[in-house]
Amino acid sequence: MRILLTISLWLFASGAFALDAATVNKLGFGDGDEKIAAIAALVAEGDPAAAALLQAATDGELQTAGKLVLIVKGEEAVNAATGAKVTPLPEEREDVILNNRVRRELGGAMAALKLISPDRATRLAAAKELTGNADQAMLPLIKKALASETDAGVKQLLELTQATLELKTGTKESRIAAVRTLGLSTNPNTKMLLLGILEKSKEGGYAEPDEDIRIEAQKSLKALEGRLAWGERAGVLFTSVSLGSILLLAALGLAITYGLMGVINMAHGELIMVGAYTTYVVQNLFKRTDFFDWYLLAAVPASFIAAAAVGMALERLVIRWLYGRPLETLLATWGISLMLIQTVRTIFGAQNVQVENPAFMSGGMELLTGVVMPWSRIVIICFAGAVLVGMWLLLTKTRLGLFVRAVTQNRPMASCVGVPTARVDTWAFGLGSGIAGLAGCALSQIGNVGPDLGQSYIVDSFMVVVLGGVGQLAGTVYAALGLGFANKLLEAWQGAVLAKIAVLVFIIFFIQKRPQGMFALRGRALDA
Amino acid sequence: MTGGISRRLYGPRGWAILALFCVAVFGVMPVLNLAVPADSPFHVSAYWVTLLGKIMCYAIVAVAMDLVWGYAGILSLGHGLFFALGGYSFGMYLMRQIGSDGQYRQPMPDFMVFLDWKEFPWQWWNSDSFWWCAMLVIVVPGLLAYVFGYFAFRSRVKGVYLSIITQALTFAAMLLFFRNATGFGGNNGFTDFRRILDIPIATPQTRMALFAITGATLIGTLLLARWLTTSRFGRVLAAIRDAEQRVMFCGYDTVHYKLFVWTLSAVICGVAGALYVPQVGIINPGEMSPANSIEIAIWVAVGGRGTLIGPLIGAGLVNGAKSYFTQAFPEYWLFALGLIFILVTLFLPQGVMGFLGKKK
Amino acid sequence: MSISATTATGEGGSLGRVAREGLDSTHGVVLYMEDISVSFDGFKALNKLSLSIDIGELRCVIGPNGAGKTTMMDVITGKTRPDEGTVYFGQTIDLTRLSEAQISTAGIGRKFQKPTIFEHHSVFENLELSMKADKRVRKTLFSSLSSAQKDSIAETLKTIRLNDSADRVAGLLSHGQKQWLEIGMLLMQEPRLLLLDEPVAGMSDDETERTGELFLSLAGKHSLVVVEHDMAFVEKIARKITVLHEGGVLAEGSMSEVQNDPKVIEVYLGR
Repeated sequence: MRILLTISLWLFASGAFALDAATVNKLGFGDGDEKIAAIAALVAEGDPAAAALLQAATDGELQTAGKLVLIVKGEEAVNAATGAKVTPLPEEREDVILNNRVRRELGGAMAALKLISPDRATRLAAAKELTGNADQAMLPLIKKALASETDAGVKQLLELTQATLELKTGTKESRIAAVRTLGLSTNPNTKMLLLGILEKSKEGGYAEPDEDIRIEAQKSLKALEGRLAWGERAGVLFTSVSLGSILLLAALGLAITYGLMGVINMAHGELIMVGAYTTYVVQNLFKRTDFFDWYLLAAVPASFIAAAAVGMALERLVIRWLYGRPLETLLATWGISLMLIQTVRTIFGAQNVQVENPAFMSGGMELLTGVVMPWSRIVIICFAGAVLVGMWLLLTKTRLGLFVRAVTQNRPMASCVGVPTARVDTWAFGLGSGIAGLAGCALSQIGNVGPDLGQSYIVDSFMVVVLGGVGQLAGTVYAALGLGFANKLLEAWQGAVLAKIAVLVFIIFFIQKRPQGMFALRGRALDA
Repeated sequence: MTGGISRRLYGPRGWAILALFCVAVFGVMPVLNLAVPADSPFHVSAYWVTLLGKIMCYAIVAVAMDLVWGYAGILSLGHGLFFALGGYSFGMYLMRQIGSDGQYRQPMPDFMVFLDWKEFPWQWWNSDSFWWCAMLVIVVPGLLAYVFGYFAFRSRVKGVYLSIITQALTFAAMLLFFRNATGFGGNNGFTDFRRILDIPIATPQTRMALFAITGATLIGTLLLARWLTTSRFGRVLAAIRDAEQRVMFCGYDTVHYKLFVWTLSAVICGVAGALYVPQVGIINPGEMSPANSIEIAIWVAVGGRGTLIGPLIGAGLVNGAKSYFTQAFPEYWLFALGLIFILVTLFLPQGVMGFLGKKK
Repeated sequence: MSISATTATGEGGSLGRVAREGLDSTHGVVLYMEDISVSFDGFKALNKLSLSIDIGELRCVIGPNGAGKTTMMDVITGKTRPDEGTVYFGQTIDLTRLSEAQISTAGIGRKFQKPTIFEHHSVFENLELSMKADKRVRKTLFSSLSSAQKDSIAETLKTIRLNDSADRVAGLLSHGQKQWLEIGMLLMQEPRLLLLDEPVAGMSDDETERTGELFLSLAGKHSLVVVEHDMAFVEKIARKITVLHEGGVLAEGSMSEVQNDPKVIEVYLGR
């Protein structure tokens, strides 16, 4: 968006205006068809001034006053045709109304014009947009752009668009070539196009009379479908792992506080939120420096420490007094969560705040068209793995871990052999909370950060721990990944909301079959 | 008896308080609202009638919650779901009563017209019948509670596990009701009611009638709950709460006991929801949010669980405070509510009633 | 020591009769366990345990910690399901298929190691709740106490020497009184078989003495299985002793037989 803005500004400023007044007037005063014709004409001109005008139309800055068509930015106006300043601003102006059809046309036109931008990313974005809704009128422009294009990625996309357009109008040879090019694509829309060629009309004849083209299309379709199927599978796999890693991060902290310590912490989600807001604050601090891209290096420990501090305070002030009374703990921690939410609302406002990705995390690896693996998610998967390993090492290899395990297994005994149980409780709770903070830091990179952030994860994370079995780190991992997969597979089949409901219902039934979770120990001590 | 649980329905004092309450609901309130002119200082405005009616609905829910939590030891975090289901069941009837007076002047509810539906989905079958919907108010929450409870109690899911699962249940239901395709108006739910039994709903008389019916239901619920808890059934219930193993080894099938009180409690919540909707004038999936259900628990905790008066006091205090705060200092209400949660669990484990009892 | 007329109707004592609730004890055996095995995550709590209890018998079960005494009781009362083996109550009732409540109704009462009573109920209510009656939901909603039932509760109160504390909240009783109350609750169930897990733990010598007398008076009308660590107590009441070790029966016989058994001396007494 920022790039787009600078370009349009640059276009606006360069101001070599010499547009056909009739065309401009048609855009300003004409009906829908005339407007579309005018847009097509402006695109054909392929001129920066035309781009500026269309950009203004997109941004709703186009107004008419009397017989003039104006581009109005704030209190300043210029004549859309000549680029001359119009002062004073005419009192009576009317917005140029663009209906949805015209807006769609505008979008395509803007994209076509951006193909000649010097910036690669802009061209790539424009080429991508055009693959869906290019228009015959743009064919010359696309050819022109292709001739000068050097980037392979952009070139491929443009060739595809060109093929799509030529399929409709070209000679037999160029159409067969177009069908072949289409077969190389990985775009799901291309499939529709090829299917269109093979379609039978009602009378039994083919929509495409030429048999050679049909055979070619059949071949292309087959190749395309195979590739798409793989792409889809890879995509589902990736999003499943990604969701699983997020659930894992959200649940790992709970695996300590609930799974090991048996404390029902309903404020866990809010500790995640604390981590996310800490990341936001750190990001803001770094914004003024030159090291913005490195802010995560500071945000990760900061969010851990912030959430851990809040968690330890909670443990000392509230939870400590409620050990052995799980239902009361549940209510009290819910109260804490409400207060944390309101605190954040008071400090940061009720609106979501923006946390920007550092440069290396924006964008992604594109497997196929439509199957993008965003870097942010890849980083988070790795991060979740690292947190898991770190936690495992901490619990099994350090003295604190030894103490935590001792206290959770046999408190009086641990106390007898000199383990400071109260302090261990606080530290362990702090550790679980800190991990929640890390989850918040990670979540801030891919989702909205707002006061309600935690509420949306609390049910999910409890489900993970409950499903995985109390006190089972391995169970938590399997449950998180399993839920991620189940959610995404069902989602592909039935939509996101129904998938979520189905998973919840499944868990409800599962718990009733195996109340102790997947990996529970069976023993007589369980419900003594 | 010096110890143990009372076997009498009420003592003379209890009956007297109940009679006073009846006078207030069926005598004083209607007179002050309908007969006393609006400019008199004794006039009770429509705002107060609605607010008190609403709080009485909450009080019914609180008593139902107390039956399962205070007496049987089952902390449900999903009672808001049963409340909402009752509300939606009756809301369907109210939507049908709008007739063609909606925004689109069509015989179907506005949201269906908006979604371009041509006929009623199956859930709406017979929904123009008052008695059908009144039956749904009882059957839908009851059936859901029965099925859920049957599986949960039979598999011995209890304590915090059960609480979390009930929370997941209401969360899932909320997501379901947010969908337009579910057929209950999506996130806007039902609103803009016009009539009930062909009588205009917004008149002072109808409002007062609904208020009085709610009051009667509250008294009925209270008596029913009191009778249950003073019977041997009630003593078994409390025994299950304290030592379920022992109760089983005494030969009681605890699953049936829990299932009975659980289902009954859900039905009472459904009825409360059905009374709530015409008075408040709206029902939407927000009522199913986990936060709402957990708030019910705090009403009971504030008042004192295991007593029947406690939940009434708790529901009144918390909701009274909520009405005051959300008008006077809206930004501090969550702080206040959060503090209530924490302070009550830390310092008033037996609630206000326990505190009063100790002072005596 | 007298036992109330209602709790001991005399049926239990007569061999060869088909008793109430269809308990068929024609062969004089009230409980019959064969080849019971239970394992928890690889640990064998019971290993091919076989045991039978005769009508009217008072059996003491001893054994070191982890020998499987409590697990054995869990299996009998339905709390734990055996991995293999059969448990029959009388000749016909397969206990492995019944729930805890059904087993209790069939006539098996159990006292836990740690006294479990209803702490918030009065002593009277504790007895009332455990009283033999129709225990289905509908019945308890409308039931009230008949005078015969009140008498029976009063009798039991006298037996367990809590008649002065009938209205006290049970949670306020002393540890020994709680043990007695739990025994009283068992008696109210009118069981054919009583399982008593460490009944005299925490009792004073005087209370222990009286408990012993009570058990001896119960035997004959009821069958009793007593798990105990207090050897003096066992010696006083035992006629037949079973020694458990590592989930199986190590020895069985009279006190002197068991005491002289070399295997027992090695693992238990000889230490």
